[in-house]
Amino acid sequence: MKRRRIADRGVRVLFSVNAVLAAAVLLGILIFLLAYGIRAFIPAGAVDPEDPSTQPLTLGGFLFGASWNPDAYGQPEYGIVPLLLGSLITTVLALLIAIPMGIAGAVFIAERLRGGVRVAVKMAVELFAGFPSVVIGFFGLLVLGPALARVFNVPSGLNVLNASVLLALMSLPTIISVSDDALRVVPHSYREAAYALGASPWTTAIRVILPAARSGILAAVMLGFGRAVGETMAVLMVAGNAPIIPRSLFDPVRTITTTIAIELGESAFNSIHFFALFALGFILFLIALFTNLIAEALIRREKRSFTL
Amino acid sequence: MPEKISARGLNVAVHGSPVLRDISLSVMANEILAIIGPAHSGKTTFLRCINRLIENQPGFVRTGELLLDNRDVRQWDIDTLRRRVGMIFATPIPLPGTIFDNVAYGPRLKGVRNMRRLAEIVEKSLRAAFLWDEVKDRLFSSALRLSGGQQQRLCIARTLAVEPEVVMMDEPCSGLDPISTAQIEQAMRELKQSYTFILVTNNVKQAARVSDRTAFFLSGELVELGPTAQIFTAPRDKRTDDYVSGRIG
Repeated sequence: MKRRRIADRGVRVLFSVNAVLAAAVLLGILIFLLAYGIRAFIPAGAVDPEDPSTQPLTLGGFLFGASWNPDAYGQPEYGIVPLLLGSLITTVLALLIAIPMGIAGAVFIAERLRGGVRVAVKMAVELFAGFPSVVIGFFGLLVLGPALARVFNVPSGLNVLNASVLLALMSLPTIISVSDDALRVVPHSYREAAYALGASPWTTAIRVILPAARSGILAAVMLGFGRAVGETMAVLMVAGNAPIIPRSLFDPVRTITTTIAIELGESAFNSIHFFALFALGFILFLIALFTNLIAEALIRREKRSFTL
Repeated sequence: MPEKISARGLNVAVHGSPVLRDISLSVMANEILAIIGPAHSGKTTFLRCINRLIENQPGFVRTGELLLDNRDVRQWDIDTLRRRVGMIFATPIPLPGTIFDNVAYGPRLKGVRNMRRLAEIVEKSLRAAFLWDEVKDRLFSSALRLSGGQQQRLCIARTLAVEPEVVMMDEPCSGLDPISTAQIEQAMRELKQSYTFILVTNNVKQAARVSDRTAFFLSGELVELGPTAQIFTAPRDKRTDDYVSGRIG
């Protein structure tokens, strides 16, 4: 009896320590980003009035500045608008491609495929989710880029469109796989009820099964968004990386993640530039946090209207 | 009265093991036929053969005749067949969406888009299922917020909205309280004028209360079929007597 109680307590401690640890790591990263990022605005070292590269940034200039140019000779500029827009435009375009394809693919796998074929297709999709992004970047650089340049008759295929297509490819497996799981847990009785009313399998899938799996599919889309907005390597290889606000699908684009990857190595340690990159990381963190909160709220509202 | 559905020498096997053996029976138009019998006696399978839901089951083989209006169910277009023969399941299955959406589901499938027409059908169907007064003020709230008995009546309304000729009920009251059960039985008695009912039930007393004729299934065979009063007071087969008097089951 006593031994059981000790084991019981041991397991409880083990689980709580792990839960706390996971939360603590996340909180640690947040504090670290904030502590470093804030020094771009409130410098700890000396400010040389003669040297523009040591001038602290203003929050307004950082958030609303339309130009990112840390290496400018006279006055370096740290406006994140082009980067923020770069991240959002590529991600949104990627999702515009990936959501319809992903949901359609998931419906096909969940409703039409059976047995071994289904397992094989699902496994292939999940394998693709773990594909190294640098390899996908290669594909974009060597295959998709030249193809886009030729088809659309533009000088370079390294642009918004290329990056968005690659991001779509990379978020597709996540969207398909998670949506398929959500569709599969819809009780079989829903299908029979719809069939008994004279609905065809396809109508049932679209009118009954998809709405029933709504919250799971929303979660899949949010995960896809996370994958797309956080992706660095593939985008770095194919986006052209000019920190400008793109005017068309064929302009180069620079995202938040690629900026950090490109510039962290070449910025002087503990310089304003260095800290500004951490502030950029913090913004990325906020984007992820807010999309998750919105998704969470949507799912909760959904649950309230669809259960007791 | 004309024969609505008739089975002649119907055999069904799933993966080689027989589920229904040589069933021959007829369902007359505008009657309530009860099918009683212990679990695994093939009652539900019989219903699922009629609207061909059983065809989704792998390894199923059917021989013999099963006719709706003198035409084999396999020769009917499957969507038409299922619109003419509605089915209520043992557990109420509200589809995702509002009460209105649920009832309008079938008419919308048939292509009814006009909102006024839909509203008419929804009201008529909900009234027929004795649910209208309880839900008329919240037609656009989620169907899942209804109680179990209300959900089952919603499913009846949803089936009626398709305007079927035959309504099959598979133990429709097995999960319901006595009051909800009484409401559903009342609905059946009223609707008998315009529909044909097949009521599968484990509840022998329910069969006695509402049905015109009763069939007793045991291990996939039809043991006896007769007017309900006769089945319950003077059964010809000893097994029927044992079952309705509670000695087996």
